[in-house]
Amino acid sequence: MLDDLDRIGPVLAMAAVAGVILIWDLLPTGKPFPASRGRAAMLVALVGPVLSAAWAFSLLTRDETGFGFANSVVLDDFSLFFAFLFSGIAAAVILATQDYAKRFGDYEAEFYALILFASGAMILLASSRDLILIFVALELTSISQYIMASMQRDERSTEAGIKYLLMGAVSSAVILYGMVYLFGMTGTTRLVAPEGELSIATAIAANGEDMRAGLLFACVMLIAGLGFKMAVVPFQMWVPDVYTGAPTPVAAFLSVASKAAAFAVVLRIFFEGLPAEVASNSWTDIFACIAAVSMTVGNLFALVQSNIKRLLGYSSIAQAGYLMVGLAAFSGAEGGLSTSASSVMFFLGSYAVTNLGAFIVIIAISARTGSDEISSYTGLFHRAPVLAAALAFALISLTGIPPTAGFIAKLYVFNTAIEAGLTWLVIVAVLNSVASAFYYLRVTGIMFAGASTSTEGVPTSNALKLALTAAVVGILFVGVAPSLLMNAAKDAASVFVQ
Amino acid sequence: MLSALIFLPAAGAIALFVLPKSQESNAKWLALAVAAASLVLAGAMYVGFDQIDPLLQYTERLTWIDADDAGFDVQYFIGVDGLSATMILLNAFLFVIGVLVSWRIDLRPREYFAWMLLLETAIMGVFAAQDLLLFFLFWELELIPMYLLISIWGTGRREYSAMKFVLYTLAGSALMLVGFLVLGFSANTFDMEVLADTQITDAAISLNAVFFLILAAFAIKLPVFPLHTWLPDAHTDAPTAVSVILAGVLLKMGGYGLIRILVGILPEQFERYDIYLACLAAFSVIYGAILTVRQTDLKRLIAYSSVSHMGYVLLGVAALGEVGLTGASLQMFTHGTITALLFVMVGLIYDRTHTRQISDLSGLAHYMPVASTVFIVAGFASLGLPTMSGFVAELLVFLGSVDAFKIPTALAVIGILLSAGYILWTVQRVFFGPKNERWAELEDTTSIWEQACMAALVGVIIGVGVYPSTIVDVLENGVRRTLG
Repeated sequence: MLDDLDRIGPVLAMAAVAGVILIWDLLPTGKPFPASRGRAAMLVALVGPVLSAAWAFSLLTRDETGFGFANSVVLDDFSLFFAFLFSGIAAAVILATQDYAKRFGDYEAEFYALILFASGAMILLASSRDLILIFVALELTSISQYIMASMQRDERSTEAGIKYLLMGAVSSAVILYGMVYLFGMTGTTRLVAPEGELSIATAIAANGEDMRAGLLFACVMLIAGLGFKMAVVPFQMWVPDVYTGAPTPVAAFLSVASKAAAFAVVLRIFFEGLPAEVASNSWTDIFACIAAVSMTVGNLFALVQSNIKRLLGYSSIAQAGYLMVGLAAFSGAEGGLSTSASSVMFFLGSYAVTNLGAFIVIIAISARTGSDEISSYTGLFHRAPVLAAALAFALISLTGIPPTAGFIAKLYVFNTAIEAGLTWLVIVAVLNSVASAFYYLRVTGIMFAGASTSTEGVPTSNALKLALTAAVVGILFVGVAPSLLMNAAKDAASVFVQ
Repeated sequence: MLSALIFLPAAGAIALFVLPKSQESNAKWLALAVAAASLVLAGAMYVGFDQIDPLLQYTERLTWIDADDAGFDVQYFIGVDGLSATMILLNAFLFVIGVLVSWRIDLRPREYFAWMLLLETAIMGVFAAQDLLLFFLFWELELIPMYLLISIWGTGRREYSAMKFVLYTLAGSALMLVGFLVLGFSANTFDMEVLADTQITDAAISLNAVFFLILAAFAIKLPVFPLHTWLPDAHTDAPTAVSVILAGVLLKMGGYGLIRILVGILPEQFERYDIYLACLAAFSVIYGAILTVRQTDLKRLIAYSSVSHMGYVLLGVAALGEVGLTGASLQMFTHGTITALLFVMVGLIYDRTHTRQISDLSGLAHYMPVASTVFIVAGFASLGLPTMSGFVAELLVFLGSVDAFKIPTALAVIGILLSAGYILWTVQRVFFGPKNERWAELEDTTSIWEQACMAALVGVIIGVGVYPSTIVDVLENGVRRTLG
């Protein structure tokens, strides 16, 4: 039992700190507990990701691996990779929220608690090898995020929350339907189990041919439901509205953490549970088509946006398309699964630092100017050179121009896809990169070449500066010395073997 | 040493970015010092280059990304042969010129010079890279500095032109990347030296398709008709120094890529399609020249003349012989210096008169005798007058191509006549013709910086024209290595 708890320590750390914040916030205000708990609450909240990452690090150094909780949870390099990733994202978002928090009013502490709950659930999600546990963790992340989206309690934020909730609920139902199908055919909810026990993977390997039609149906359902969480076309309708309406830190969290969690689940379910040829033949083609459509639709719509959050919303749909290229690039060759997975995970890590960098700047700007219109970024370089340079750097990374993380990530994913014989998809992807340069660089041009209407500076808190520095250094570091992240991704992906 | 040469300008760029605002007026001095130091290094590299040695020189090799099991190995592998060495020298030389002609920039000088130096690093890297993905990295690195240099410090429709430049280049390089990845996967390496020696038998897609994917990038960059339309826009709206660099070395990245990658790695495919390339080249020469005659803006005129002149490069390469390739490489070098000088002079005239319309200008020779003389010298070099470098290059190109392609070569020779026509006509309209009182107050070149630029460029143009073997012998080393 203690071993089991130890193996989900990173999750417990997040949840425990979240609980502490909630209880503390209930205590009566007064002398020992000042009414405004913002800054203190932030510092306490930071303990969550720090503790979680420390625990994950300790598990890593102890070389601790294995199943837990009756084989429903697994601790491996894959779970640890995501424990670090989600801790990092949570910490960055919490730090950056400092400049935005006054808009949450009395609910600031709840906001931090929800971020921690969601991040903890995401770590759990990446460690689950059981459909039921996956569903529970997925719901815990989703419900936290529904609340966070409507946290600003104005019209747009409420609309975003309701929209997200309704569409999210439908998608959860669809996922559940797909899971039920898998369970019905195989008689188990375990994706993988220790040698000799029944699992979905072994059942399909044994009798896959008889289940062909059912497997295709289950795959379609799972992809549709998870497609909503990954924000790929045609399940993307909620993205622009929710990103625009939700508080900016929440949009940042959704675009990075929620997407990464969805891809982690997809990797677990499809690469661990359904890698057998009879199943993968159908899902690789579906992924390839979704990838092509997502990139194209996301980029085309992004071209005409005038609101930066909406622009990044569509951009995140396109980026999900590039990630999908990596998923589809499973060739069936020996080691193909882990190569394909490692390119996806490398992309996720790069995308996380890049998009966080962009959103952190947007948080700082909107806290000052109250506007997310791209026109209000005109001449930003003269007002806030550091912020403008950081946003430009993040946008360059999203375009995939060196020396940034985004460049290496695209190179890696495209290379994997070429090896899997998906030349047509790579051509679609590179042409999409060209189109995306137009809107990413347009914003850069506006910030650098435009004349500012105001000379007023944009002051930021130290917390936000710290988060931004970390993101920018991350983008540059991964762009110049990608080996560290690449080795981590390769190790984590080595859990996928045919 | 080569690494130091590549990254010295980048280090200078970083120093400029962090230079305190109070030191803004010293930015140009810092930039000049860095550019000059790079030129000294490049010169030392060039002098130390052994023309006899058939192998790459000054090589450095490190593993950069090691993902062997994923087939994703990228080396930091740089080195030079004669062709690279000459291009690097040209690059370092033109950036010193570029800094000098920017001497009066007073809009955000720190950033301006920083982006310039970053651009220098990117171009150096392209010429030195010996690994396909490293080559691609440097190729892309050049985009952002160029985009910002044109869109901030340009004139006219600068944002439109900058974006057009970026999108054209990116479209080409995106397709090139697919070609590179297929090559790398088929041969299981991205090492250009190994790839040149490997006979690729089974590729994921046909090698002919790979050839065209890669050709797209170089044809856009060179540029070849019908992919040239970004060039006049970018040139017209770019600041003078950026035009100098753009015409002087950026276009040469296209020619260099044709020789190093297409001829070097895919010679069979090149041979299969060389007749089409030769026809395209001849058409570019004539088409570019005819458009040049029609131009009314001095800068646009020179831009279109570049399209015409780069056609000779393609023609020389398409001939696939030692003479033609040497001619094409020499044409890249000489066009780099001649067009740079023409752009410097146009920049100078624009600086004094604030117009580039040929119809506004007249009789400038009376008021600006020195500047006019230098412009005329550059013009003569451009139309291929003997004793100037342009003559040698074009002669070699024609000698190399006439056996293989009689009709395209004959057509391309007509281009020389046309270029004589537009150069002389322009000179006559701008510098001679009736005196125009409007320009009576014009100053001739007064600053030592301008004179130094002009003197250096004229010196190189005439020097190479009179004694071409300083450059040709080294270029031949690279050509021989490429042809194996």
